[in-house]
Amino acid sequence: MARELWEGNMAIAEAAVRAGLEAFFGYPITPQTEILEYLSRRLPELGRVFLQAESEVASINMVYGAACAGARVMTSSSSPGISLMQEGFSYIACSEVPAVVVNLMRGGPGLGNVAPSQGDYFQAVKMAGHGDFHPIVLAPGSIQEAIDLTILAFDLADRYRTLAMIVADGSLGQMMEPAEMPPMRPVRPPGERPPWALTGARGRLPNVITSLYLAEEDLEQVNLRLQAKLRRIAANEVRWKEYATDDAELLIVAFGTVGRICQTVVREARAKGLKAGLLRPVTLWPFPSTRIAELAARVRGMLVVEMNAGQMLEDVRLAVEARCPVRFYGRLGGMIPLPDEILPQLEAMDAEV
Amino acid sequence: MQEEILISGFGGQGTLFAGQMLAYAAMDAGFHVTWIPSYGPEIRGGRSRCTVIISDQEIGSPLVRHPSAAIVMSIPSMEAFEPAVRPGGVLVVNASLIPMRSQRPDLRVLYVPALEMAMELGSTRVANMICLGALVQAMSILPLETIEQAMDRYLGEPHRQWLSLNKEALRRGASLAMQ
Repeated sequence: MARELWEGNMAIAEAAVRAGLEAFFGYPITPQTEILEYLSRRLPELGRVFLQAESEVASINMVYGAACAGARVMTSSSSPGISLMQEGFSYIACSEVPAVVVNLMRGGPGLGNVAPSQGDYFQAVKMAGHGDFHPIVLAPGSIQEAIDLTILAFDLADRYRTLAMIVADGSLGQMMEPAEMPPMRPVRPPGERPPWALTGARGRLPNVITSLYLAEEDLEQVNLRLQAKLRRIAANEVRWKEYATDDAELLIVAFGTVGRICQTVVREARAKGLKAGLLRPVTLWPFPSTRIAELAARVRGMLVVEMNAGQMLEDVRLAVEARCPVRFYGRLGGMIPLPDEILPQLEAMDAEV
Repeated sequence: MQEEILISGFGGQGTLFAGQMLAYAAMDAGFHVTWIPSYGPEIRGGRSRCTVIISDQEIGSPLVRHPSAAIVMSIPSMEAFEPAVRPGGVLVVNASLIPMRSQRPDLRVLYVPALEMAMELGSTRVANMICLGALVQAMSILPLETIEQAMDRYLGEPHRQWLSLNKEALRRGASLAMQ
């Protein structure tokens, strides 16, 4: 397969098509409208469904409905739009239907701006909606990874009958990079819907999909089942990337766009004789806590870098359990931290820990 | 080897397109490459720029504060990015719209009367390709032919009528840089 120059938004959209996406429901918002634009042409061309809903609330409920019918389904949005979808995320999680959501985060809070941000980490990882659940959260750092993780998101959503969320930011969405697109998977034929799907109860008892359990005992059982599933996901689906960690004395932890920026920081630090390394979480939930704890036992210190006020920082600190000092550097409001401002942070830590 | 090229101007001057052709050529030549535009609430005539990074190793940060080369197509771009280019780098100035001289003796500066040269070819729309030709020639990162081949391969159907004009513009820019 040849490498082609793909723009991030379009790469995610085409990867979803290749993964067998049958239906997309969404509402435009910068910086991810290109996903809708691309799919509005591409899906009808393939005889599949593209629908621009009247709002994000409508989009996510259409996603919920299509997922209940056993379709491979997705929506995408950006921060304010994702906030509007949160009720639906919770219903999807409790109903245990698979769905994929893409959030190209933008500067917040509020209407904010359209610049790159990682301000929705807490929202994605800790509180994607009301009640006790976590979506699987995937954070690509390159266009190739955006493609690969989009495919993976569909597979994980199916395997665990859960919500899988891809979080990135507008800079990844707008950037172009050579990448390889996987071959087209066939769309699942209507006769091969999952056994739990609502496909019309001809010749069988009706399936019931709901998130309403009025009896406390029933809802507790549902919750226990969901928690057992989350433990299975946490045990099996943690993913991360490491750069130059073998002999690292100082470890940077950063995800997504900032993660790849910190690769440059590690290179520049090494050129100056600083033994720096990088751990880039690929799954934000489940979080690579065990690996971070292992590294905490042997590095002098960790520097967490994010485009927010310190959100993943809390998960790093929980994993480190004070085994080593943890420092933080962040930019806000859509500002992107560049290597020449991160490296001095690392050097300062080197002098102090 | 890593080169970072910033191309900046007004929306409509073809800065993003010029950067894309450079990125395609670099990819086909086997390099790692990133192309990243500035984006935001855009207006015609507003600022427009992109950064292209070409490297023989995996690219970390797709953005740099100090690129190794820049094409500036407008006065605001000149003011913003002339000071940013790394010492020893290349600066291509669209002299048709930018009357001032560079204050940077540590750069190789090329003053390109891109609009006049483009008008000689029959369309002001190829001023971007004239500047790109000058840059590619001055930096010797890629042979000029790789950009021409990239145009052959990737220029979209509606734009193919402009193919030979774009190539000619590229060559004119390059020959200016050779002088």
